[in-house]
Amino acid sequence: MSQINILAIANHPEILETIIRLINQQETWNGIPAGSAEEAETVLRLNSIDLVLLGVGVDEEMGERIVSLCQSMDPRIVCLRHFGGGSGLLYSEIRHALAGG
Amino acid sequence: MKNSVLHPAASRFYADHGWLQSAQTFSFHGNYDPQRIQFGALRVLNDDTVNGGKGFGRHPHDNMEIISIPLEGTLEHEDSMGNVAVIRPGEIQVMSAGTGIYHTEFNKDADVPVTFLQIWLYPDKLNVPPRYDQREYASGDRHNRFQQILSPDPDDEGVWIQQKAWFHLAEFDMGFEAKYELKIAGNGMYVFVIKGDVEVDGQTLSTRDGYGIWPESTVSITAKQNSSLLIIEVPEKW
Repeated sequence: MSQINILAIANHPEILETIIRLINQQETWNGIPAGSAEEAETVLRLNSIDLVLLGVGVDEEMGERIVSLCQSMDPRIVCLRHFGGGSGLLYSEIRHALAGG
Repeated sequence: MKNSVLHPAASRFYADHGWLQSAQTFSFHGNYDPQRIQFGALRVLNDDTVNGGKGFGRHPHDNMEIISIPLEGTLEHEDSMGNVAVIRPGEIQVMSAGTGIYHTEFNKDADVPVTFLQIWLYPDKLNVPPRYDQREYASGDRHNRFQQILSPDPDDEGVWIQQKAWFHLAEFDMGFEAKYELKIAGNGMYVFVIKGDVEVDGQTLSTRDGYGIWPESTVSITAKQNSSLLIIEVPEKW
C-alpha cells in the first residue's frame, strides 16, 4: 500500500506532537506537522499531501482558507476537522475520511 | 417521521488492555465501523472498568466535551489547569477541552475496580478556554423521575457543557411509566440502560443496551424491572 501523507495543523505544540506521533505509528501513514496557516501553506506547496487535519487553534476562517488552498492545488486532498486531540478519535476520523465518509 | 437506531450491549466494541476493559458504543481508538461513528453530537460512549491502582496516564485533549460518570469505585483526576479531584458514584465530572488540556484519570483504590461511563460530545464552539467541573447529585432525586445532571446553561441544574445537550439520570421502579419531553424540537435522544429492562416507545432494552431516537416531541419509557437509565439529548447538527 502506498504511503498516505497527512498534514496536521494545530497551534498547541504538545498536542501537535502527539497527533504526529500517533499518525506515524501507522505503517502507511506519514504525519507532517504545521503550527500555523503559513506553515501549512508551505507544506502544501512543497509536498504531495493526501489528507489535512484541521486541529486545535484552526478557527473557521483559517480552516476555510486552508480548504480553499487545497481545492485549488488538488481537489483530491481531503480536509477534515480533528477533534479530541488524541488517539480516541484520530484513527477513525482518518479511516472514515479515506473511505470517503 | 420517527427514526431510531438500536445498539445492543453485545454489539459494542470491546477493548481489553489488561488494566482496562472498555465496551465502546461508537468507533474509538483502533475500533472503526462506518455505521457506528456517532449519534448527532454524541461521539463517544465508553463503558470503562479500570483495575485497582491503574489508569490513564497523562494525555491531551482539545475541542471536545468530556463527561465522566462513575458507576462503581473511585476515580482520581489531575489536569494541566491544576485541578486535582476525586469523583465517586453520585457525582459527574465535565472537562471542556477547548484549546487544549492534559489530564490523568486513575483508579484511586489499589484493589477495587472503578467502572465509569466516559462520554464525549462535539462542542458547538471551537477553541474555547478549557474548563473543569464536577458536581454531586442526590440519588433520591432520580427515583421515578428524570434528574437533570447536565445542560448547556451554567445556571441550570447539574454541570454545563459547550453544546445544546442535556443529560438525565433516572431510576424507575418496575412498572413505572414516564414521558421524556425534548428540550429542543429536532434533537435526538439516546437512552443507555445502566441496569434493568425498559421499553422505550415500544423498543425493549436491557442492561447496557443503547437506543437512539429522533422523536417528534416526547418519548414513553416503561420500566419492565427496577431500572437505572442515562438519557442523553443531543442535537443532530450544530
